[in-house]
Amino acid sequence: MTTDAATKSPLVGLFVTCLVDLFRPSIGFAAIKLLKDAGARVEVPESQTCCGQPAYNSGDRADAKALARAVIETFEGFDYVVAPSGSCAGMLKVHYPDLLADDPAFAPRARTLADKSFELTSFLVEVLGVDRVEARFGVNVTYHDSCSNLRELKVRDAPRRLLAGVDGLALSEMEETEVCCGFGGAFSIKYPDIANAIVEAKARNIAKSGAACLLAGDLGCLLHIAGKLSRVGSSVECRHVAEVLAGMTEAPAIGQARKAG
Amino acid sequence: MADASFKDSAARALADAKFQRALLNVKRGFIVKRAAAKSKLPEFDQLRDEARAIKDHTLAHLDLYLEAYERKVVESGGEVHFAPTAADARSIVLRLCRDAGARLVTKGKSMVSEEIGLNAHLEAAGIEVAETDLGEHISQIRGEAPSHIIAPVIHLNKEEIAEDFVRTHRGLPQGRPLGTVQDLVAEARAVLRAKFIAADVGITGANLLIAETGSSVVVTNEGNGDLTETLPRLHIVIASIEKLVPTLEDACTVLRLLARSGTGQDITTYTTFATGPARVGDPDGPRQYHVVLLDNGRSEILGGEFRAMLRCIRCGACLNHCPVYGAIGGHAYGSLYPGPMGAVLTPALYGIDHARDLPNASSFCGRCEEVCPVAIPLPSLMRKWRERDFERGGPPLAQRLVLKLWALAAKRPRLYHALGSGLVPFLARLVKSRGSFRSLPFGSAWTGTRDLPAPQGKTFHALYQEQKRSGQS
Amino acid sequence: MSATDQGRLAVLSRIRDALGVTGRDRTREAAVEDRLRRHKRGTIPALAQADHEALIELMTTMLVNQGAEVTRASTPEDAARAMAEDLRAHDLPFILRMGSDPTLGSLPWDAAPALQRRIGPAKAEDRAALSRAVVAAAETGTLFLVSGADNPTTLAFLPETHFILIRPGDVVGSYEDAFDRLRAIYGEGRLPRTINLISGPSRTADIEQTIVRGAHGPKRLHVVLLV
Repeated sequence: MTTDAATKSPLVGLFVTCLVDLFRPSIGFAAIKLLKDAGARVEVPESQTCCGQPAYNSGDRADAKALARAVIETFEGFDYVVAPSGSCAGMLKVHYPDLLADDPAFAPRARTLADKSFELTSFLVEVLGVDRVEARFGVNVTYHDSCSNLRELKVRDAPRRLLAGVDGLALSEMEETEVCCGFGGAFSIKYPDIANAIVEAKARNIAKSGAACLLAGDLGCLLHIAGKLSRVGSSVECRHVAEVLAGMTEAPAIGQARKAG
Repeated sequence: MADASFKDSAARALADAKFQRALLNVKRGFIVKRAAAKSKLPEFDQLRDEARAIKDHTLAHLDLYLEAYERKVVESGGEVHFAPTAADARSIVLRLCRDAGARLVTKGKSMVSEEIGLNAHLEAAGIEVAETDLGEHISQIRGEAPSHIIAPVIHLNKEEIAEDFVRTHRGLPQGRPLGTVQDLVAEARAVLRAKFIAADVGITGANLLIAETGSSVVVTNEGNGDLTETLPRLHIVIASIEKLVPTLEDACTVLRLLARSGTGQDITTYTTFATGPARVGDPDGPRQYHVVLLDNGRSEILGGEFRAMLRCIRCGACLNHCPVYGAIGGHAYGSLYPGPMGAVLTPALYGIDHARDLPNASSFCGRCEEVCPVAIPLPSLMRKWRERDFERGGPPLAQRLVLKLWALAAKRPRLYHALGSGLVPFLARLVKSRGSFRSLPFGSAWTGTRDLPAPQGKTFHALYQEQKRSGQS
Repeated sequence: MSATDQGRLAVLSRIRDALGVTGRDRTREAAVEDRLRRHKRGTIPALAQADHEALIELMTTMLVNQGAEVTRASTPEDAARAMAEDLRAHDLPFILRMGSDPTLGSLPWDAAPALQRRIGPAKAEDRAALSRAVVAAAETGTLFLVSGADNPTTLAFLPETHFILIRPGDVVGSYEDAFDRLRAIYGEGRLPRTINLISGPSRTADIEQTIVRGAHGPKRLHVVLLV
């Protein structure tokens, strides 16, 4: 633990998340850039895989605990653990202490980890004191609040504050930003008709907002919403808020192919 | 409730455009109104904390409060009957009705009476039962269960109701005006008024029972609860044991939250405290007052990890705010208690093996817990049901296998990363020019209705290792 | 043991098992007795703690928003006349059913000589009735009517027009204030057969979420505040 250095240049362990790792690494790199620009040192421990939410939410408590212990061990040496995801950060911050409450060895370690775990935008604003990022994105965007960000972590203002400082960006709030997108992890495939109905409502709200781009802090939501928008032939692009804040918007938007030429 | 029937009912509900429009209007109305009511009452969150504490305290002392309540009811001239099971409750109520020589019973809205199947039991014994809440009356003449705990026929339009009235309200002129909602309400008022006046027995539920005074509280907007409990010579209250609160002040706290949470009203039109039978000198009111207290599984819930569910005051806020309920409505749940509260209560009352879809059909968005006036941790309780379901091998084999394989890989980082590095580029190449999968073998659960964005092409870990090796990061 | 006693024993012992307690625990019993005896208040909304004139305003506003009509009568004669005028304006018979409440009986009814009074509980054919509210909680415009010969309960539900008279001195801020008034009348831990908290005319929105008045109770509620 680097005590003195923590006040100057905290050591952040990046929790990549399995979805970012598999589907969209650019979000991970955007997160690293944002954290470094804000003065943190960033490392990405190799032994991380998954926060255990799929097991946890399916009722497989044993596997969830095993993965939780692994995460705790992997990230114990850092000042902070930051994830570009409300749902994974929520898992570490809110659920790990409950999950390991009756494990005398790991309960205190889970609480320690919880105290130092954060979602990316709230970490930048509230811990690193970032006021403004240097980025340009001259697009009319709208922002979807993931349920875990909004209700588990109470993150709502931080991403908006940072987006407000992006050159050329206009934020058109959609109606019902606080309503679920229908992903819910395995829910989206266990009950696909219901998940589809919910994301259809979200897609309608996005269309009504008039925005050309949808941003959010969770890749799960983004994959679900992008999948719906693409299926209905919408031209609205989907990106992760970290990519816009880091000025890394060259890559194709989620679910879109590289444009020719 | 097998997988097939929940999904089938849900699919039918989703495909019914008229129903979807009705659902949309209702939930948006209640959501907007609740938010408005809450914003006008700065003390709302404070009251919520207090209501939760009142319920927890009462549950922790439920035996003593029930005894205190019973003493007060008896003191005021009433009688209390404890019913361990639904069958006990049914036979107590039937006996009371028979002793009173009842031929016609009017009923205020009572979920508990539906839970025990009271109406059918009385009717089988030759007693006519008339539901008087307008929505319940319509449900009754349709032979349907209500689809929402506070707005029973939210799923119907006025044309359908007019047809029902023409079919069942006998002795009225054929071509009478039933085109407007006003016409329908006027007819229901007249038809039910005759029942109110002729009834021998009135049966109500109770939103609250108060130990301090031995009172039962019924809230309505229509006034049907009052006509039901005032006109007949016998008033029977049927209520589950967890409806109890200690004092009048506790009742005030809960009442401030009940209507605001459910419909966005500051208070319902009528909130009635009934204590015992008519007193000497009262020119109206029932001569007898009996309270049937139903357990039917609640004492067991009290002793387990679902105790917090017993705080529920049946306001309906969780249903109104739930995206799943908002998409499929109440009937699709196949349970008297739908929505988030039903997802926790139904398995608790009837067993998880009969209700596994209910706690599983949730995205855990958490709005239910956020709006619950007594802060029941509904998603956590649903998750506990999923744990119980998992322990008994409930989830389908394919699902268990996939999750097991995922967990096995996730516990082995080197294997996990190797698999990722192999699979991801392969998937990315499959959709090189399009960016998304429109269909995927074994993936139709997703791709049936939504595209699946393709992975970028390499895993983060592979790219990060490459960068480190080339000295970039 | 009778079936009823068996049921009682079964439920209470199951509850005690669930809680891990016996029925003989003085600490628990004392906690319950204490709470019942003290009946401590929780949070009272600030708006229910305003000064009296503000509370009268609040009560009036809430009642009007909830669909009632409110008349401020500066004299008892005005009160009687206002009710007669209401019946005339709505083409209703000049017959008013009421109980034997002395305050109602002592109103100057000769100021509205065409009005006939009928005393007693409501009959099905009554079209209008008058009750007196023993207290009102301004916080939601809620009038408290108590059962008894003075103001029979049926008056508030059978006729399609209901008048409720309230004196300003009987207007308080919160529900708790109102219940304290009732405790002063009826004693600790006791209440009459019925207390009706009435906050507007009868309504339903069960059909297509369309609000319609007079679902089962009165179509119109006219509150007369006798200042």
